[in-house]
Amino acid sequence: MVSFIFRRLISGVVVLFVVSTLTFFMLYFSATSVARNILGDTATQAQVHLKEVELGLDQPLFSRYFNWLGSVLQGDFGVSWFTSQPVVDSILGRLPTTLSIVLATIVIAAVLATLFGVTAAVRRGWVDRLLQIVSIGASAVPQFVVAIVLVTVFAIGLRWFPATGYVQLSDGFGGWAASITLPIIALAIGTVASTAQQVRSAVINVLSRDYVRTLRSRGLAPREILFRHVLRGAAPAGLTVLSLQFIGMLGGVVVIEQIFALPGLGFLALQSTTQGDMPVLMGVVVYIVIIVVVVNLLVDLAVGWLNPKARVS
Amino acid sequence: MTETLAEEPRAPIETPDQAARSGVFMRLLKNPLGLVALIILVIVILAGIFGPLLAPFDPTRADLVNALTGPGAAGHLLGTDSAGRDVFSRLLVGAQSTLLAAALAASVALVVGLPSGLMAGYFGGWFDSVASWCTNVLMSLPAIIILLAASAALGRSVWISMTVFGLLMSPGIFRLTRTSVQAVRNELYVDAARVAGLSTGSIIGRHILFVVRAPLIIQTSIVSGIAIAIQAALEFLGLGDPLTPTWGVMLNEGFINIYSSPILAFWPGVAISLTVGSFVVLGNALRDALEDSPKVKRAKPIKLTPPKTEQIQTVMRGESKHLLTVDRLGVGYPQEGGGTKTVVSDVSFHLDRGEVLGIVGESGSGKSQTAFSILGLLPAEAEITGGSITFDGVALVSASGHRLSQGRLARLRGSRIAYIPQEPMSNLDPNFTIGYQLVRPLVKVLGLSKADARKRALELLTIVGITNPQLTFDAYPHEVSGGMAQRVLIAGAVSCNPDLLIADEPTTALDVTVQAEVLDLLRDLQERLNMGVVMVTHNFGIVADLCDRVVVMQNGRVVESGDVRTLLHNPQDVYTQTLLSAMLEGKTPMTMLTVATPDTTPTAKVGL
Repeated sequence: MVSFIFRRLISGVVVLFVVSTLTFFMLYFSATSVARNILGDTATQAQVHLKEVELGLDQPLFSRYFNWLGSVLQGDFGVSWFTSQPVVDSILGRLPTTLSIVLATIVIAAVLATLFGVTAAVRRGWVDRLLQIVSIGASAVPQFVVAIVLVTVFAIGLRWFPATGYVQLSDGFGGWAASITLPIIALAIGTVASTAQQVRSAVINVLSRDYVRTLRSRGLAPREILFRHVLRGAAPAGLTVLSLQFIGMLGGVVVIEQIFALPGLGFLALQSTTQGDMPVLMGVVVYIVIIVVVVNLLVDLAVGWLNPKARVS
Repeated sequence: MTETLAEEPRAPIETPDQAARSGVFMRLLKNPLGLVALIILVIVILAGIFGPLLAPFDPTRADLVNALTGPGAAGHLLGTDSAGRDVFSRLLVGAQSTLLAAALAASVALVVGLPSGLMAGYFGGWFDSVASWCTNVLMSLPAIIILLAASAALGRSVWISMTVFGLLMSPGIFRLTRTSVQAVRNELYVDAARVAGLSTGSIIGRHILFVVRAPLIIQTSIVSGIAIAIQAALEFLGLGDPLTPTWGVMLNEGFINIYSSPILAFWPGVAISLTVGSFVVLGNALRDALEDSPKVKRAKPIKLTPPKTEQIQTVMRGESKHLLTVDRLGVGYPQEGGGTKTVVSDVSFHLDRGEVLGIVGESGSGKSQTAFSILGLLPAEAEITGGSITFDGVALVSASGHRLSQGRLARLRGSRIAYIPQEPMSNLDPNFTIGYQLVRPLVKVLGLSKADARKRALELLTIVGITNPQLTFDAYPHEVSGGMAQRVLIAGAVSCNPDLLIADEPTTALDVTVQAEVLDLLRDLQERLNMGVVMVTHNFGIVADLCDRVVVMQNGRVVESGDVRTLLHNPQDVYTQTLLSAMLEGKTPMTMLTVATPDTTPTAKVGL
């Protein structure tokens, strides 16, 4: 088990290194006009050149890359080219917003998708068909369209929730909950629908296993077989789907945060993309890949805990 | 063992000829969702081709006098946007770039995923390892973040973002292709083609592409849908070309004016949702049409009512003549288009206490279905179509109400009726220790304390001839051999001192040497506990060895039954004679009986 965790960690570090290096090299070619963008049209050529030297843009690719890598390894992601704020500060300041939305959505999705998926798999018949049709429909509508509908109906029309803005948890629970309810619903609808479908097929798969029939032949109650044996057998598949949904949502929040004007990581990612703020964008990419690697590692550990066979491999 | 009907279809079934293919299309049209999706996509494609010709206004011409008119005003079917441009014309023209973007993403995903998947699956080796690692990395990246970085680096263009997105979607195609290729690579017909001298290229072209075709079409449809959603999202975020009238740009403009004119966001929103949804629904409908799974007309829910321990007492041991009576039993599977596929019909036999009855027949003869009927463990899709089963004077299944007695059966299972399966490894839950799986029914069903149950489980493991019971008790199923696992299952079955034991080909999956030991164990336990045993088998050797009486089944019916000596000596039915001559390889039937197996006590045996 220890060597298993170790190997997954190494693989995660390699992924992190490869992705951040590729992104850095790609962004290198785009940074040509950034000094002019920062200073505006009125700046002289000399001022632009000075700015380029200040940002280190005059140095060759590899020297810039190793400078960046060396600082990042010491936890320093540099400062924003536009606001001069340290990148780490602006990321850490926005992470709670994004994580509260994404984690809440994942918890809700895990509970509801298990409920719907297991019900459909166990009861079959019309319940199953209804859930199938609803979930295909719900997973087919793009998240940002759902978000716009929610804003139009519940924020602008009915005025039940604020249309935009984020309230810190420290400023009161009610306001915080109200500010993230619509974003969570927008993310959760599609997530619940597609996860429920996967849970359903995993449970149907386990229910058809020989050992379930043998457990029934021993006289164990159906409830015990379902909750102890079938759910445990289906859990690894469910966890894997949830982790993929989680990763997808880290991208999905870019649009959701834009629609609800939430100052999160996605907002920062979009802003730095449109401005060409390379240090911030690199910082966001590295942080998000770290989150992805950690989530995948946690899922691997959970699967190993649930399934004794996965522990040895 | 179980009939194929009970299986869940997983991979799409291949449809080799033209007739079957048009059948798939017809089934697709019969699926209302699939038909609607197809119609919507045809309309969108027509709009994409003829949109610029059909548009009543120039989609980019601003007319500030007529800005934000409602639908229908001044000849504008759906009104105008904040710059006075005709919404309907812009929608029509937007279809084109939407479809082209989807086509580009799907093509890139196919061009990257298909050849690499074919190579990885066909050749394996280092290429497979590297490609698989790359797909794992690609799959673990949030697409929109990568697309943001790509647009910052390479510029804001639909074509760049869709190329990158196609790359991000290629793992799905790669995995699908690789898995399918691996599945067929070692099929006999591919070997035959290789031996026949076909080049690798034509083998891949003729045989392997054929197999992956259907799942690829489905996957491509779904990728196209997602690509449209992503493209619209990027344009909505302002990362597209703001001058081109696309649905995402329109949605962005609509959202800016959401307070003054929410209807503007409505039209592109509907267009995007319908198109994306249609691609996804079409993919699902295609999958259903290809699988053509016989839909279950009437599925039985698994009842969640636990049997109460005190109720077990109410099932009294009756004074019936026979322990088990099966009378004119019928089992069938309801089919999609009505009607029922009968797998067991008019089967009758009885069993006395302490007697061993063999049910013999080839695969598909209905012998396992008969056994599962007695246990009440038929697959959910099956139903008892007639007859009755009486156990010790208690009607389990009767002709009037076919499934009335699920509750009664549940109380008997694991307390008086027990079951030994065919395949030992797949019949133990891999996620729990063997000890847990033995102890739990002892505690829950027989009401033992945990400590007593543990002691009893170790005792049972010793009885079935396992030399180090504690080691096996603590082991997980994947840590023991098949023969050991079968002994564990036998220990579990006899743990309740059952009156009736149903054994479904209990030695078929074992090595020949282990078979003999397990048979000895079964015979010993049967005598010791004076159990009635129903032994389902296709092996007349086992019948001769263990059984007192025998029932021969063919095509769901009993063709012959009687005392084992009489039947083996003098088979009446042609089918029995054929079976016997096939099994005994030309020897005279009685040779099996004359060679008596010495009665060894299994406790003395060394574990496997």
